[in-house]
Amino acid sequence: MIMIDTGDRIAAKAAQMARPEFIAAYPITPQTVIVEKTAEYTETGELDAEYMRVESEHSAMTAVIGAAITGIRTFTATSSHGLALMHEMLHWAALSRLPIVMVNVNRTLGPGWNIWADQTDALAQRDTGWVQLYCSSCQEIFDVIIQAYRLAEMEDVQLPIMVNYDAFVLSHTSMPVEVPEQAQIDKFLPPYRALWQIDPDDPLTYANMVPQAHFGGIRKDMQDAHDRVKKLFPQIAGEWKERFGTDHGGLIEEVHCDDAEYVLVTMGAFGAEAKVAVEQLRDEGVKVGLARVRVFRPFPAEAFWTLASGRTFVVVDRGVSVGSGGGIYTELKSALYGHSNAPVHGFIAGLGGKDVTYGEMAQMVRRVAGGHASEVEWWGLDCQGGA
Amino acid sequence: MSGDVKVTLSRPVDGAMGQTGVWRDFRPELDSTKCIKCLKCWIACPDGCIKRADDDSISIDYVYCKGCGICANECPTKAITMRREGLGQ
Amino acid sequence: MAVKNLPTEELMRPGGGGCPGCPSSLALRVALKALGRNTVLVMPACCAVVCVGPYPKSSIDVPVVSIAFEAAAAAAAGIVSGFKRKGKQDANVVVWAGDGGTYDIGLQALSGAVERGTDFIYICYNNEMYSNTGIQRSGATPFGAWTTTTWKGKDERKKDLPAIMRAHGLPYMATAIPSYQEDLFRKVRKAMSIRGPKYIEILAPCPPGWRFPMEKMLEVGRLAVDTGAFALYEYENGQLTFNLKSKSILEKKVEPAPIEEYLQLQGRFGHLFKPQRNEEALSRIREELDASWEQMRRQVECGTA
Repeated sequence: MIMIDTGDRIAAKAAQMARPEFIAAYPITPQTVIVEKTAEYTETGELDAEYMRVESEHSAMTAVIGAAITGIRTFTATSSHGLALMHEMLHWAALSRLPIVMVNVNRTLGPGWNIWADQTDALAQRDTGWVQLYCSSCQEIFDVIIQAYRLAEMEDVQLPIMVNYDAFVLSHTSMPVEVPEQAQIDKFLPPYRALWQIDPDDPLTYANMVPQAHFGGIRKDMQDAHDRVKKLFPQIAGEWKERFGTDHGGLIEEVHCDDAEYVLVTMGAFGAEAKVAVEQLRDEGVKVGLARVRVFRPFPAEAFWTLASGRTFVVVDRGVSVGSGGGIYTELKSALYGHSNAPVHGFIAGLGGKDVTYGEMAQMVRRVAGGHASEVEWWGLDCQGGA
Repeated sequence: MSGDVKVTLSRPVDGAMGQTGVWRDFRPELDSTKCIKCLKCWIACPDGCIKRADDDSISIDYVYCKGCGICANECPTKAITMRREGLGQ
Repeated sequence: MAVKNLPTEELMRPGGGGCPGCPSSLALRVALKALGRNTVLVMPACCAVVCVGPYPKSSIDVPVVSIAFEAAAAAAAGIVSGFKRKGKQDANVVVWAGDGGTYDIGLQALSGAVERGTDFIYICYNNEMYSNTGIQRSGATPFGAWTTTTWKGKDERKKDLPAIMRAHGLPYMATAIPSYQEDLFRKVRKAMSIRGPKYIEILAPCPPGWRFPMEKMLEVGRLAVDTGAFALYEYENGQLTFNLKSKSILEKKVEPAPIEEYLQLQGRFGHLFKPQRNEEALSRIREELDASWEQMRRQVECGTA
């Protein structure tokens, strides 16, 4: 079946087909459509699940954790300030090794109030231990949400997963999506079987005080699981491609990289723009490719080591860690150190939803290729006025 | 280590905080001749260290008793008195 | 129900981490006798969760879910939903929280869960301060009480959280105290028999926090009731019913003992008496206490709880 719909409604559809048994979510622009649509699904019976209209995002993540520890599949969604509000419980979910899947619609934090696309919200959560995936199309949103459940629930993973896509540019933009039959989805994603659960028949105490000696091992175990994700996610994506035909790449999606001298590195909606920029530049004879980051956590360092030889990376970040640098830029440079001398240029662009076209991305590459670009450039800052 | 997820799950045991009897400065001592088996001490002990037998007589668990003295304070016949723990006892 | 007839099974193991004479530990031990094994306790950050003991050990013989400080009611709500999916709706899902995680940081989650009609029992053991972090003041700290953040005594009155709970129109709420174990037991059993959100507040006279000798913990509690400082009552379907001595005080069949007897037993009110009596503060305490009993009498009379 083909659905032509917005990113949010496609995400809600994917959530419905993944058969979670519990959803708790709090509305925040531009995720509201997911909250509304999933509520509707549970009321029409299209989704057989408990739906909790919680009073805040902190309670949304907490309620999801409460339900998840009873051994059921769960779902939630948020954005921006909502994601920030549940920050404490993101740590809690990851340290508890709960396979929760959450959609995060990338929107900046304020002040000033700004509801548009920016990846700083998820960037600010990169230390929590959640796996972070980024989508560039509605098809990818659908596929990745279901794949995320499969990945999260694997015995070798047991980590919560955040599926990210840009506010409005993707959340409110309609695209055609191939939606498989429910029976086929069920074969790909079998029912959830928890490794442990809270049950009155079994007096387990969960999350009591932990002495100092034990704590390092907990974090190391999470790190090891992230390392296994690097192998397992591409396998899952490969299986999906075999079953359903749609494919978006592995940890990164490489486009025209084979003979590329310059490689654009970006994620989310920018990834789709970058594909067009690559085509335009290729038409001009520029040997450029794209490495679209699909998995930001765990950061796919090894994939970039392989790619780096003879390349110059042109990173376009839509999120920044002020006082350090762009999200992908800083992670990439750190990952390459000791493995490659490949030059890395960083552009910080599109913050607060400022539009960045494929034409502008092509300009960024030309600036680098022409030797005009500084190591880091803040792109498109022409704001005027203010106190 | 696959499948061996490190989540801190604990199980109930006696003495989760250790042998808390070493916390005591005073120990409760029972004169069973005065005990009327009202069981006020049994229900009043915050740590459940007054053990109740089938015939409602009581005994004190000195391994875990923290010496708070509530049992002695509540006993209507003063069958329980608090005595200072000797050093090295 | 006489003390003898309370269930003998202990679901709290000896050797937990409570201070000697801990009112929360005693209250939990009694509550667990009422709740039985088909129970999950949800504990936010508070003394009780530290009393449970450190991984890999626990001192509680039913499942315990510890959760972040402000989040107990939300976690419990999630568990209730999960159990519904698993066909375990008959299990008791019980929050066991201090006043910090209930009156203050946890109030939002509690209000949300109650407003949504969550089928759970929320039990707040109220020692009138943030005891776990070292006796700082909370919204439940009474006027005039010393704490480590109110060295001259708290300026404000305590929040009336039971009234806030009643304003949600929940089916049942009650107050209790570890000094009256059968009354506490009965109220927990009552809550278990009702569907929907139930709130029980247990006054917890804390020896290190209130500054009194630990062996007097139950005595201080009895004095709280005898002086009217703490009222024992139930609220069900909009009706208030008072219990034990509180009933006699409400009906003016008995004079409450002078409030100073209660205050003088506690070091946290010591500055109201030494180096000299603070008559202004003591008058205010008496007046506010009298006024609150008058208000309760009016509510019972008019049936407007």
